[in-house]
This record gives sequence, structure tokens and C-alpha cells, in this order.
Amino acid sequence: MRHRSRFLVLLLTAGLTAAACTGADGPNAGSGGDAGGGYPRAETLFTSGTQWGPPSNWNPIMNWTYATGTVGLVYETLFLYDPLTDEYEPWLAESGDWTSDTTYEVTLREGLTWTDGEPITAEDVVFTVELGQIEQVPYHNLWDYLDSAEAVDERTARFTFADPRYQQWANWVYFNPIVPEHLWADKSDEDVTAGANENPVGSGPYLYETHDQDRQVWVRNEDWWAIEALDLDVAPRYVVDLVNTSNEAALGQLLEGNVDLSNNFLPGIASLVDGGYQLHTYFAEPPYMLSANTTWMIPNTTRAPLNDPAFRRALASSVDTATIVNSVYGRIVSAADPTGLLPIWDEYIDRNVVGQHGFSFDTGEAKRLLNQAGYRDTDGDGLVENKDGSPLELTLATPSGWTDWNEAARVIAEGAEAAGINLVSETPADTVVQDMRESGEFDIILDNQRQMDNTPWRYYEYVFGLPVQEQQTTVNYGRYENQRAWDLVNQLDATRIDDLDGMNGIISQLQRIQLTELPIIPLWYNGLWSQANETVWTNWPSAEEGSPGYLPSMWRGYPQRGAIRMLTELRPAEQQ
Amino acid sequence: MGRYFGRKLAIYALTFFVAVTINWLIPRFMPGDPVSRMVARAGMQTPEGVAAMREYYSSLFGFDVPVWQQYLNFWGGLLTGDLGVSLWAFPQPVSSIIVAAVPYTLGLLIPAILLSWWAGNKFGAYAARKKVLDNTVLPIWYVLTATPYMWLAILLAWALGKVAGLFPVGRTFSASLRPEWSWVFVTDLVSHWFLPFLSLFLVAFGGWAIGMRNMVIYELESDYAHYLGALGAPGKLVRRYAFRNAMLPQITGLALQLGVIVGGAVVTEIVFDYRGLGYLVLEAIKSSDFFLLQGIFLFIVIGVLVANFIIDVVYVLVDPRTRAGMGGGA
Repeated sequence: MRHRSRFLVLLLTAGLTAAACTGADGPNAGSGGDAGGGYPRAETLFTSGTQWGPPSNWNPIMNWTYATGTVGLVYETLFLYDPLTDEYEPWLAESGDWTSDTTYEVTLREGLTWTDGEPITAEDVVFTVELGQIEQVPYHNLWDYLDSAEAVDERTARFTFADPRYQQWANWVYFNPIVPEHLWADKSDEDVTAGANENPVGSGPYLYETHDQDRQVWVRNEDWWAIEALDLDVAPRYVVDLVNTSNEAALGQLLEGNVDLSNNFLPGIASLVDGGYQLHTYFAEPPYMLSANTTWMIPNTTRAPLNDPAFRRALASSVDTATIVNSVYGRIVSAADPTGLLPIWDEYIDRNVVGQHGFSFDTGEAKRLLNQAGYRDTDGDGLVENKDGSPLELTLATPSGWTDWNEAARVIAEGAEAAGINLVSETPADTVVQDMRESGEFDIILDNQRQMDNTPWRYYEYVFGLPVQEQQTTVNYGRYENQRAWDLVNQLDATRIDDLDGMNGIISQLQRIQLTELPIIPLWYNGLWSQANETVWTNWPSAEEGSPGYLPSMWRGYPQRGAIRMLTELRPAEQQ
Repeated sequence: MGRYFGRKLAIYALTFFVAVTINWLIPRFMPGDPVSRMVARAGMQTPEGVAAMREYYSSLFGFDVPVWQQYLNFWGGLLTGDLGVSLWAFPQPVSSIIVAAVPYTLGLLIPAILLSWWAGNKFGAYAARKKVLDNTVLPIWYVLTATPYMWLAILLAWALGKVAGLFPVGRTFSASLRPEWSWVFVTDLVSHWFLPFLSLFLVAFGGWAIGMRNMVIYELESDYAHYLGALGAPGKLVRRYAFRNAMLPQITGLALQLGVIVGGAVVTEIVFDYRGLGYLVLEAIKSSDFFLLQGIFLFIVIGVLVANFIIDVVYVLVDPRTRAGMGGGA
């Protein structure tokens, strides 16, 4: 007994020592990558910032939750759309044209194959479009205006429209990936819309390698069609996307060079970029990041006094956006145009309308507007009351833990109070905020759910979308009802994408309505958060002359916005 | 003996039933409706799509039947090993997510608890008789045990992980490795395991050692020890009796520790970003994934019951009084 105990102590000591020793060289062995079993560091791209839960499905139809890279790296779209140049680049398609007002024909490239060796044909394209007839498929509404889809020959598919929606269709062809009919035809509706689709077979530059709860690994497809057709090839042999834990952890990994591209929101990144860590951002000076979406303040237009456009205007004038941009965000975002249209949509902004009806931060103006509209301080506490004299108290809800928004909400509340509006910031759990948003049980919330896109129609659909339902799950959370505006949005949808004058004619009217009514109050442009470490990979996208100007993001929906070209442009760094 | 265990088992069965029922109820009181959450994430454009999706998820999660039937279905699923589908990692089944995480948690906690228990008791008993040790080394553990665990863990991660760079912090193995039976992978796994293990070991070791020390001193001062000494028994024999008596509360303590094995690791796994069950608990709460939460709690409940049962058996073996009690018509 006694002897055995001694032996155990020895064993324990030996074990701990061994663990300590191996621990010391463990990380080196990992990053060196020469030893067997690892992904060689020099050939592997580590990314983070997209995946918040474990990779759990590879289903391109579930376009809000698939494992990072499922669309873009594996499943591909007919076209790529680059928001920075406003150009559609044929991808799986060789060309696509409207052959008449109501028919669209798309021709695939020659000799395309799925990664299991089967050819990609027009039947696959037709099949993918027809999946939209299942109600739970995100593009189900396509069939509201599409009449039929048919394969004309091996490579050509023809679509006949009852009511052509040119803007939406242009969005469809670049955003939605084509899936192989021979593997998907036998799937049940549930499997198509909610299945995990393990072992995805696509056509893209990468193949599924493996996944774990904290990572997704892709390996290069050496037979990718674009190698021959476009003389393009993706540089990294492996792409390892890491599941996020926290933004702080992401920052640490990036600085240590364990992550090459971080699409996380990293507060304070500006000082690190200037501080000589080999960090790279799209712009070398503020705002450092491209603008990806607009953060709006959304007033609930069904509640008094927020149902009064004059009150909303006073509220809009009370917000000190410059403080939010400079102090809360440390200048990695920029203040939004009063229309809220992103910088890529600059050509659609009607400067006359903005000059006439735009708003800006001006506490005095906010006070004047309140007074003029009949909101007066009757009890002398410095804050205005409702028109009927009852106390006015509004809450602005932002999800707890979203520290940037919580802080911005505080600035907004202070600005409102200075103008005489009693506005309180509160931070419930994000699930609670979501419930409030959908059921309309809120006063004011912040939201930013429309990304940069091929058409401002997507933006106006969000602002004016009708009809208002019991649960508003995607658009018009403020429940603003204006039939004329919604008609204009639909009219815009039915305008050709190359008819800039036609589009601008409608958009100008929409802007007039938007700026006089203020159903949403645009505040700032959120960044396309992206910071790269140049230790292993270089030639990252940037605004500089001579460097690739693609979108530097692995976020869902971004590879088809041209970000896949970032991977074809990367170069291995010089080995020291 | 049979009657004793029969009664124990009946109590365990009742406890299990009540615990599982509570476990089923609690997530349903959480704010937020998982179906709306899933539908909202999908960003459906059309009302028909939203309705169809709502219906689909409701039936998938079993919300389309009356509450009493949901409860019965839950038991039915439980007995067939079906714990439902996770929302956090949709559409993976909860059971497979838990099975993947369990080895990490057990691999961390079982060695930490058993080793610290064993080493702590030995050390405590030894320190009780060595004034020098009692005055110099033990106070270190008074401090360690009294420090908030969270702070100690962060300190360890910072000192040994960041500053000294001896151990990696975060994840269960390096992102650049494939899981396989190779020397590189196993050493990497061990090096990621070591810091969380050490933090648990240090704190628990101090607790056991201090407890044991006090107990042994108490036993050595008791009447029977003095009597034994007066009879002329050698000091070694007296100490053996004292040690055996002092062990009993420690065994109960061990049972409790082993039972709440999962709960105990939540903070460790969060601080060291170690992907076991504790990490899943946090993620499940953050994403209101009741099915996952339910599954993990079920695992904890089973863990507590099994550990207690084992300790009951061990008690019969180590404490003659229990055996005597069983015979005496208790």
C-alpha cells in the first residue's frame, strides 16, 4: 500500500513534468507545421469573424447560417457582383441577357463540372430556380413574378417573367448559388430547406476537408474550372475558419499572427494599425474600413409621439453623430448621409432633395421643431410633455453586450435630453430585443440589416416594405405605412438596372418621402470590419493604387460580392 | 443489504423524475421564442414563407402539440436517447453535440478532482503532524483557496500562457492540426489541457489539504486517540485510526465534487476557452437554445445521481457503521 503510493507520486510528478515540457514546444510544433499531421502554416489561410456557433450545416439554401465559405468556396453563383465598381462579372455563367422585355437567357461556361465529376448544365440552373417554389426557400417570392424556367440546351437556360422585376432578378443571379440537381433532386423539402447537407458537393475553388466545433477546414480544389477558363487560382491550399469566441480573443490571435484575416469588430483597431503591428486595413487612414451597412434609429411609428413626423425630425436633429463616430467608434466608422444610402450608392442620392429636406445635428433646431409642433415643457423639468400634457418618456433598446451600440445609445439619449426629449437607454438580452423588434413592442431601436448590394431597391424595400404583419421579421420594423412609397419601391424594382435616369427619377421621389417623413433615422455607416495580418499572406485588398480593390470579407454573402477574388490575389509573404 | 439499496434506488428514481421535470420546465420560462428566432434568422421575404417556416420549426421542435403531450414526448425522446435538435448548431442533434464535448470535460475534471483529492488528503494529513510544513506551506493554500477562482485562472493564463509562453491558451488543440493519433497532436492536446487542469488542481488541492489537516488534528485530539495513546499504542497506529476517521467527510465531499462535475467547469472552460460542456452551457444560454441546455442539465442530473450512488456503495465498504445500520432494520 505504502509503496504503491510512493510510486503514484513519482508517476504524477513525471506526468506533470512531461506535460510542462511538451507544453513548451507544443505551440511551436503547431505553427512550424513541418511536423506531420498539421496544415502547413505557409500554405494555410486562417480566417475568423463569421462563424459564431460551431459549423453545423453546409446547406447553401440556409443562407443565414451555413458554415463560412459554403457559398463562394464550394457553391458558386452565376455572376459575381462587385459593389465597389458596380460591375457584374460572369462566373459560372458566360453571359446573361434580357432577350426581350420578359425573357432572360443565361449561358453557362463550357466544360463546367461539379467536384464529383458530373457536368454542370442548364438543368441545374433551372432546378435551383425551381427550388424557390418551396415556400421556406428564401427566394420563394421570385415565383410571384417569374412564369417559367426551362433549359433550352445543355448550356442555356431561359426564364420567362410575368411581371419582370429587373432589380430583384439582377440580385438573384449574383447572390444565389447553383446546386447540383443530380444530388439534390431526391431531397425532401425539409432536407432542402433545413438539412445539414453534410459533405457538400459544389463547383468552387475549395473542397470540404473537415470541421470541428471550433473550426471549418477547406482544401483547395486542384481542378477548379477558373484555373483554365480565367487563369485564376486561389493561393492558400487550406482555408481554416475559426469559430469566434470573443472580439478580444480574435484581436489576440490576429496580433500573434495565428489569424490572417479577422472580420471581427475590433474596437480600438485604429491605434494598432498606426502602431506598427503588421496589420492591414482597406484604408490606411480613417475610417480604415469600407462601409458595409447603415445603422438606423428606428422609431415605432405606431406609437405617439413617434407617429408624428415633426417629432421624429426633432429627434433626428438631436443626435450627435459626430461624437458616436469619434468617441464611441474611434473613427472606424463614418457618419451617414441623411438618406442613409451607402457610399457605393452615391450616384443615387439626389443632392437637391437632401439640401432641402436633410437633417443634421443641431440641438437648437430640435428644440425649435418640438416647440413648433406643440411639444412644450409644461411642468418645468426641462423636458417636453406630450401634446395632451401627459408625461413623455421613450426608451431606446439595444442588445446587452453589444457595447458599441450600448455606448452609442447613451450618446443618443444624452443628445435627446439636451433637446428636451426624455429618452432612456436600456439594454435587454438580444433575444428580448429581437422579440420586441418583431412584435412592434418597442419605442426606438437601432438596426442595420441591409448590406451593401447591387441595387438601392433592397434598401428601400427595407424602409417602406408593406404589408405590415403581426410579426415583422425582415423589413420595416418601425411599421411605417405609406402605400405611395411602397408603389414607388415596386416601380423601382421593375426598372432596368442600366436605366440610371429612370431609377434616379423614382429614387428622388422616395428620398423626398423618406426625408420629410423620416420613417428611419440614418446615423452612421458600419464598417466591413476587416483587418489582416501580413506575416504569412500579403497583397490584401486595399484602396491603394496597384493593390486589388476587392471586398476583404469572408462574411456570408460577401464571396459572391467579389470577395472570392481576394483569395485569388493573395501572395505568400517573403520567408525571412 | 438488498433492502438498503432498493430504498436508495427508489429515492434516486424519484429524484431523477423530479429533476428531469424541472429541467424540462425551466427553459420554457426563458424569454424569447425559439421558433421566431429561427424564422427571423432566415430573413424570409414573404408572409407565406414565414408561415410555412414557422409551421415547420414548430413541428420539428414539437411545439405544435398541447403542453402535456410535449412533456410526454420529451420523456419518450429521452428514453430513446433523442434529446432534440439544437438551435445553436442547427440542425445538429443535441446528443451528438454533447457526446463530442463530454470527453474534454471529463478528461479535464476527473484527473483534476481525483488527483487533487488524493494528493490533498495525503498532504493535509502529513502537514497536520509537521509544524514547519503547517506554518509555511499550508498558508499558501489558504490564500489560493480563498482567491476567487476566476481571478486565479486568469492570472495563470496570463502568467504561464501569455508572459512565459509555456502553454497555449484557448481551444482544445491548435487550429493548424488535424485530430489524429500522432505525437505532435497528442502533445498539443496535452499542452492545451494543462493550464485548465492546473488551475482546477491547485484550488481543489488546497481545499482538500486544509480540510484534511483540520480533521486529522481534531481526530488526534479526540478521546479515543488519547485513550489509545494512554494504552501505549504506537503513534503510527493512532494516526492511522485518525486518518481513517478523518477520511469519511472527505469521501462525501468527493461525491459532491464528482456529481457537479459539469457545473464546476463552466468558469474554467470559459476562461481558458476550452470547448467542453461548460462552454456549451454558456453558448446555449446566450442563444436560448433550450434543447441543448436541457440535454446538458440532464447530463448533470445523471452525473450527480450516479456519483451519489457510487459513494453510497463506497460508504458501505469503508464505514462499518453503515453496514451495522443496514442490519439493524433501518
